[in-house]
Amino acid sequence: MNIVFLLFCAVLVVLGGIAFTLSRAKAARVRATGTTMHAQPDQYAWFAVLVTAGPALLVSALGAFVLLLMGADIPTFYLLAASLVIALIGLVMGLNQVRSDFHARRAIEGVIRKLLAAAAMISILTTLGILLSIISEALRFFQMHSFWDFVTGTTWNPGASFLSAAGRGDEGGSAAQFGSIPLFAGTFMITLIAMLVAIPFGLGAAIYMVEFAPLRIRKAAKPVIEVLAGIPTVVYGVFAALTVAPLVVDIAGLFGLDASYSNALAPGLVMGIMIIPFISSLSDDVINSVPNSLREGALALGITKAEMVRNVVVPAAAPGIISASLLAVSRALGETMIVVMAAGMRPNLTANPLEDMTTVTVSIVAALTGDQEFESAQTLSAFALGLVLFIVTLTLNVVSVFMIRRFREKYRVNNL
Amino acid sequence: MNDTTLQNFQPQQDQSLASGDTVRGQYSDATPDKGQPVTRNESVEENLSVRVRDLSLWYGEHQALDDISIDVFANTVTALIGPSGCGKSTFLRCLNRMNDLISSVRIKGLVEMDGRDVNARGMDEVALRRRVGMVFQKPNPFPKSIFENVAYAPRMHDMVSRKADQDELVERALRDAGLWNEVKDKLHEPGTSLSGGQQQRLCIARAIAVRPDVILMDEPTSALDPISTATIEDLMDKLKQDFTIVTVTHNMQQAARVADYTAFFHLGEMIEYNATKQMFANPHTKKAEDYITGRYG
Amino acid sequence: MSQSFEEISAQLKKRHRRSARMKWMTMGALILSAAFLVVFISDMVVRGWPAFQQAQIQVEVSYDEQSQKLPLAAVDEDVRPLISRGFFRPLPRKMENNPALMGTTQTQWVIADSRVDQYLKGNEDRLRPADKETLQALVEEGRAELKFNTTFFTTGDSKMPELAGIASAAIGTVMTMLVTMAVCFPIGVMTAVYLEEFAPDNKLTQLIEININNLAAVPSILFGLLGLAIYISFFGVPRSSPLVGGLTLALMTLPVIIISTRAALRSVPDSIRHAAFGVGCSRWQVVRDHVLPVSLPGILTGSIIGLAQAMGETAPLIIVGMVAFIPDASISITNASTVMPAQIFTWASEPNSAFAEKTAGGILVLLAVLIFLNALAVWLRNKFERRW
Repeated sequence: MNIVFLLFCAVLVVLGGIAFTLSRAKAARVRATGTTMHAQPDQYAWFAVLVTAGPALLVSALGAFVLLLMGADIPTFYLLAASLVIALIGLVMGLNQVRSDFHARRAIEGVIRKLLAAAAMISILTTLGILLSIISEALRFFQMHSFWDFVTGTTWNPGASFLSAAGRGDEGGSAAQFGSIPLFAGTFMITLIAMLVAIPFGLGAAIYMVEFAPLRIRKAAKPVIEVLAGIPTVVYGVFAALTVAPLVVDIAGLFGLDASYSNALAPGLVMGIMIIPFISSLSDDVINSVPNSLREGALALGITKAEMVRNVVVPAAAPGIISASLLAVSRALGETMIVVMAAGMRPNLTANPLEDMTTVTVSIVAALTGDQEFESAQTLSAFALGLVLFIVTLTLNVVSVFMIRRFREKYRVNNL
Repeated sequence: MNDTTLQNFQPQQDQSLASGDTVRGQYSDATPDKGQPVTRNESVEENLSVRVRDLSLWYGEHQALDDISIDVFANTVTALIGPSGCGKSTFLRCLNRMNDLISSVRIKGLVEMDGRDVNARGMDEVALRRRVGMVFQKPNPFPKSIFENVAYAPRMHDMVSRKADQDELVERALRDAGLWNEVKDKLHEPGTSLSGGQQQRLCIARAIAVRPDVILMDEPTSALDPISTATIEDLMDKLKQDFTIVTVTHNMQQAARVADYTAFFHLGEMIEYNATKQMFANPHTKKAEDYITGRYG
Repeated sequence: MSQSFEEISAQLKKRHRRSARMKWMTMGALILSAAFLVVFISDMVVRGWPAFQQAQIQVEVSYDEQSQKLPLAAVDEDVRPLISRGFFRPLPRKMENNPALMGTTQTQWVIADSRVDQYLKGNEDRLRPADKETLQALVEEGRAELKFNTTFFTTGDSKMPELAGIASAAIGTVMTMLVTMAVCFPIGVMTAVYLEEFAPDNKLTQLIEININNLAAVPSILFGLLGLAIYISFFGVPRSSPLVGGLTLALMTLPVIIISTRAALRSVPDSIRHAAFGVGCSRWQVVRDHVLPVSLPGILTGSIIGLAQAMGETAPLIIVGMVAFIPDASISITNASTVMPAQIFTWASEPNSAFAEKTAGGILVLLAVLIFLNALAVWLRNKFERRW
């Protein structure tokens, strides 16, 4: 099959070459007779190539698609042969079009424009793909288990096989239960811890860099902070699991507290560190774009710098800062690797961050990495969780975009 | 009258002119000796608000002000005019040390207020700015309510202790700024919801609520329509009873209308400083005359 | 009317103190953030450095018929437990392939067992006392030492820590990135060109723009769900293959490339376009001959940053099964394979603590590559950035 395919490509390239040289020669001949043409010989040549290869490729791609989807038994050979015939027809037509009154350039550009527009549609298709795939699988899950139980249930126990895959076969036993509240509780707990770290540090660093730091320090610190943003999450996960979690256990031990090695505090703290650069660079931009006239207006009244920052700059930048924080929350909710590596696997409804608890993303990964068959309720439950995650993060993003837009509009108006 | 050292930076009685308020103040090339104590006319001393001697300023390597000496009198309006880029705004911002915000600025010379050098080490620029307020080219109300815009700074300065005092202070400042009647029913709407001219008067109200001695105005009407401009010009005339006003303007008619004294700046130098009437009727320098008659600008 | 400077200054004292406090606190936030980075990197270096060293032992290997049947017999009994079992297994085949070896005895450096390795690095002590004595003797004779660990860079994953390496993961990463960039670079640039230069300002265009911004903020794990449901279940792309991983990451990287390409295109001033239109270029000719060439450095910078991001991504790849155990690398986009971050993830969950240093070693390699890519992007930007 591979050889046939290569052969097909080779023939197509040869046909394209023929189309190019023939039509160019023809156009040059026509032009040599003194006729004025609507396009350059090269443009006619490219047009000929386009009509030769384009439809042929389209047909073969469509055929392959149908083959894959329907599993229909059109032999590849016939499909490719048919495509080549179409290519030949195209070649003849292309040669025919080398006429002085034909706008070859305009035709080519029309095709290019359509191609570009088609590329732009792929992003829409991606979103649709995410939505459709998640919704359809989630719906199948809700046919097996009630939506109400999923939303209000407090026990997440997808079944014995899942637990045994995690090495805890003895804990399960009873029928599978899909109450997602403990997962969301764990997610929100870890997100909360992360935000308690990220917002003060990120915002503080941004305020210092914009309002207080000498230019030299600002120039040096910005890239350092941004390095933090480029570190892969799996690396943070290792840091959380190997370094921070034992540290948390030791420190809790000093206070006579008993902490689990997969406590929620460690992934929360590390996730907070991960999000610091995110918040600080977004807040930096926002605080920077607060007009200087406001700062001068405050200082000219005999206001100290800290009062100016607290009472004028931060309130003015508040929509932007809130928007950055919402984006950060959305990131923390969807963050996977840190929690997969450092948080627990046991759904646990508790308010104690020293205990282990699990999150939505951990459960998605757990449901999809065992040797499960795709149709099982456990696998499908991942899509139900994914759907909720998608809706929550989408809402946060939309709200944050709305707020940042308000911020921008406000200062365009204010600058008169 | 002992005026040999004064004539350079103070609009002075000119012996050659009989009229009481026509003064001569052509800036001579002779720079006064800084070590020598400056003797002053007693009546002038009483009215002196800000005294500037030999002020030079550099942005990095570029010299923006060159040996400026000027006396600003209390309860007058002094206008600074000159072509753009001549240093008049830079000079204005020396008076309340707003140039401190730019890190590459270097200043030499004396700016004296209340007998103190404002650039001295011990001088607190925040304290200085409380006594020297400023209104900017573009209205810049805080993103707060109209009431808060005015009440914010006095509250920070502990000028009001009770709620009633605060209300009274806000009302007074807004009345002084001629805005009270327009906004008294919407004090809690955002300051940014006002029109441009109203916003600028709000900024003036905000500045006078702190009761400063001097108010600096940096082209306060350049972003406004003619009617708002006229309102603000009237306001300046009224405010000079309580405050000393130094204003920068690119509009010579405005200087002629509102200012008691006018200083003409050119390329970082102060070319001429004189009573406004004198300056416009009979400028002493060729450059000032060319500028005023519109030959360049 | 107003207070003197002294009165005001006295009143200001407290407020200045508060101002200074804010300055120090925000400065502290910045310093601590930077300190996190330092702690974090040094933690990884301290943990990962030993991975680049490996204990080796000099032994006499006798290639004879007995060791062909029973490879363990090739070396002396007392050093046998010190040597990696991965050394013995291929011995018979080695002799088959090279008959000249038969009947010879050779002195050579062989890879030591991971317990020896860990003992020499001072980490843990699981050796039996007798073995320890033998080892001490070897060390004193200079016949056992830590050498640069080439195995780490030349082999794939292994259940034996001393034989585990990053080669197959590195090849998997290269294959996956090839697929990713082959798909998302052209589509991303085309989308950006369309939106910036061609698209009419209508509802559909706005929808595409909003959609791209939203896609950029969708949690990466959801792209994994998409890959699983659409590519694997629907189209039947082989699971765990660089093809499915690359396609999944391509969709995730697409918004990054579109957004940075648009920024690059937007920074080209309209005067250039107007000049080109003025000499009779068509819109496509303007884009191809004038706008794209000058914005190319910006486009490349954005693409490299997108590539670096995709290279560090793990979660969606776990979902599409790219955490497989791959001992041998294969240069194919349809065979099961793994990538660097997934390999790190696999090692991190190994209970054997000898894998902890492999984990950190892998992280150091990955970080080095990512820092190189980011530095390249910055260099490109600085070198070719034009201010208009």
